[in-house]
Amino acid sequence: MGRKLLTEHINVPGIDTFEVYRKHGGYRSVEKALKTMTPDEVVEEVKKSGLRGRGGAGFPTGMKWSFLAKPEGVPRHLVCNADESEPGTFKDRHLMSKLPHLLIEGMITSSYALGANTSYIYIRGELLYVLRILEKAIAEAYANGFLGKNILGSGYDLDLHVHPGGGAYICGEETALLESLEGKRGNPRNKPPFPAVQGLYARPTVVNNVESIAAVVPIVNDGGEEYAKLGVGKSTGTKLISACGHLNKPGIYEIELGVPVEEFIYSDEYCGGIWKGRDLKAVVAGGSSVPILPKELILKTAAGENRLMTYESLSDGGFVTGTMLGSGGFIAMDETTCIVRNTWSFSRFYHHESCGQCSPCREGTGWLEKVLHRLEHGHGHMHDIDLLVSVAKQIEGNTICPLGEAAAWPVAAAVRHFRHEFEWHVTNPAEATRPGAYYSSKAAVAV
Amino acid sequence: MAKITFDGIEIEVPDGTTILNAARQIGGNIVPPAMCYYTPIKGTGGKCRACLVKVAAGSAKDPRPMPKLVPSCITTVQDGMVVENTVNQQVMDVRKGIVEMLLINHPLDCPVCDQAGECDLQNFAFEHGVATTRYEEERRTFEKIDIGPYIQLHMTRCILCYRCVYTADQLTERRVHGVLGRGDAAEIGTYIDNIIDQDFSGNVIDVCPVGALTDKTFRFKQRVWFTKPVNAHRNCENPKCSGNVVLWYKGKDVLRVTARKDEYGEVKEWICNTCRFEKKETSDWTIEGPSHIQRTSVISANHYELPVMNPQVIADLPESSVRDLENNPPLKLGR
Repeated sequence: MGRKLLTEHINVPGIDTFEVYRKHGGYRSVEKALKTMTPDEVVEEVKKSGLRGRGGAGFPTGMKWSFLAKPEGVPRHLVCNADESEPGTFKDRHLMSKLPHLLIEGMITSSYALGANTSYIYIRGELLYVLRILEKAIAEAYANGFLGKNILGSGYDLDLHVHPGGGAYICGEETALLESLEGKRGNPRNKPPFPAVQGLYARPTVVNNVESIAAVVPIVNDGGEEYAKLGVGKSTGTKLISACGHLNKPGIYEIELGVPVEEFIYSDEYCGGIWKGRDLKAVVAGGSSVPILPKELILKTAAGENRLMTYESLSDGGFVTGTMLGSGGFIAMDETTCIVRNTWSFSRFYHHESCGQCSPCREGTGWLEKVLHRLEHGHGHMHDIDLLVSVAKQIEGNTICPLGEAAAWPVAAAVRHFRHEFEWHVTNPAEATRPGAYYSSKAAVAV
Repeated sequence: MAKITFDGIEIEVPDGTTILNAARQIGGNIVPPAMCYYTPIKGTGGKCRACLVKVAAGSAKDPRPMPKLVPSCITTVQDGMVVENTVNQQVMDVRKGIVEMLLINHPLDCPVCDQAGECDLQNFAFEHGVATTRYEEERRTFEKIDIGPYIQLHMTRCILCYRCVYTADQLTERRVHGVLGRGDAAEIGTYIDNIIDQDFSGNVIDVCPVGALTDKTFRFKQRVWFTKPVNAHRNCENPKCSGNVVLWYKGKDVLRVTARKDEYGEVKEWICNTCRFEKKETSDWTIEGPSHIQRTSVISANHYELPVMNPQVIADLPESSVRDLENNPPLKLGR
């Protein structure tokens, strides 16, 4: 198994307490940054590391930091996006509940780099127990002089707050998150202005995912170049993958980017293959919003190369034959999975979570869900399949925030790769609606 | 100043102007429709996506096209920007899609809706929509709520433009309504039964682009195209009220009082609830004269049939009308 940068000590008993975490080399990056580096040097290290945002979009973190506007006399903020609620993604929850001090350490180092004196962790409302763990850890950090006034005698002040959300998926979108943090209804803002110019309380703000902020710790400790040695090409470092679905060993794996997908699924080091000796049917590689891919295309690209767990390799072939690494929510489906039902399930989620602000998403997500519901329950028509594609196209790209795309992509991709299953639902409604029924290439099977 | 090209027409506008307002300075059929943007109210815009346009060149400095369509109501112009609206097929297709999205859950009860004839959604659908629907599902409905003696709320007709929320925020003392719920279950409501009755709350009726908020004192009284609009004013006791209104007459009776709207349906001078709901006698007002109504509007036509470019219809028209139609084709429905 490759090197672990974030989760090396995750199973040490008591690692969530300050003493044990410190004994295992914790808070070294804070000491190093505050005592020996200027903020710009920290930003430079992050740039050198090639770290890309771990929340889904994969935007280079160092570049995002360098875009931060720095007007005189205006406070800046760092906000950690811990509103992880994408179906299939559960890496941040695990990281925060086991290693709360890692996130806090990353927050201190990153805030120092950005010159922020008040930082926030916006945590998903359902994760109340994690909130308590974090608050306890923050109190310990304050007590030991790593937070508050004049940290380690460097003259740098930082206050860190944890704020629970109200349980809306949309608040994971960075501008909706900022609205929610300001105490307003969590509606995404129109961009521009971007948060780097006008974010929280109209001040320059950087919003980063939990894992991105945690990754700053090894980058500062070992240097950006050392970090960039891991991984392949522009996908550097390690990534937490939350694997779930029909796998022998589902769970959270820290992988070095560049592991072949085939190895990730079948090797005993990782997921250990598909459960019950069944065959793999499809994979959603990066959380429910990225396009689903059938077995042939997830293991090999359209050009016949091995697909690797990297940003570039997974998106090879665009959306026609590719997908995205996204947030690392790896959902594997065995041959007994009904893709129509699965697509409906995803679609229902986005219908429920649309904020209702802009018309294509508000109306379109509901429409998609209703049509898919009809298809799944045997009341569909052949023209409904094209209707799905058309509605998805009307949503995509025309909304304020990416939730519209997140709702449209999985539907469009499911029809693109599994059209025969949709058609089977239309032509064989009696069989298709039997509980547990699924389509297989040999023959339609009803269990 | 910034020089932009909009649909091939060059115009110079001050920096900070939005694309939509630049287009409105050109005027005519190239102006993108706006369902949620309302110039006098801060914070509006960007929600309905009806005004999406293609920016073919970002600016003189950076002439790359913008990757996505942008909402023209909140995107400011840059010097050298090239914008495509009616000339771009993608924009037209998307707009058709937006009409469809806005209409799938709209009750289409225009025959009994007081807004019919001066409804932005009706005009928008007439210009860009299609005659049939692909939507087979049940349309969404809401529980009726009563928001007081003056304003009627029809949540099923609402397109969630947020105009009334911002208006109440900026005009009245304390806003009691807002958007509750999310997704397609989002609705305008007061949460705890409450009536909307502050000094300037009646203006939410004027800003509503559809028939979701209508005047209860005018409810079911008359179709708007049978009424005659007349400009009038009075010295209102309320210092914030402009007192400049439009009286809507049927015969001798003032059926309705509204604020004055410009050609894009925007109110520039707000009026108080006393003027709007209480003063329904001609003797309350100083009459200025008939309001200007665009000739293409059903209100000026005094009936709901519009002359359309249909060969059979034109063949049946008297010769003088045909010539008039050729010179002024009825491409755009106005107020």
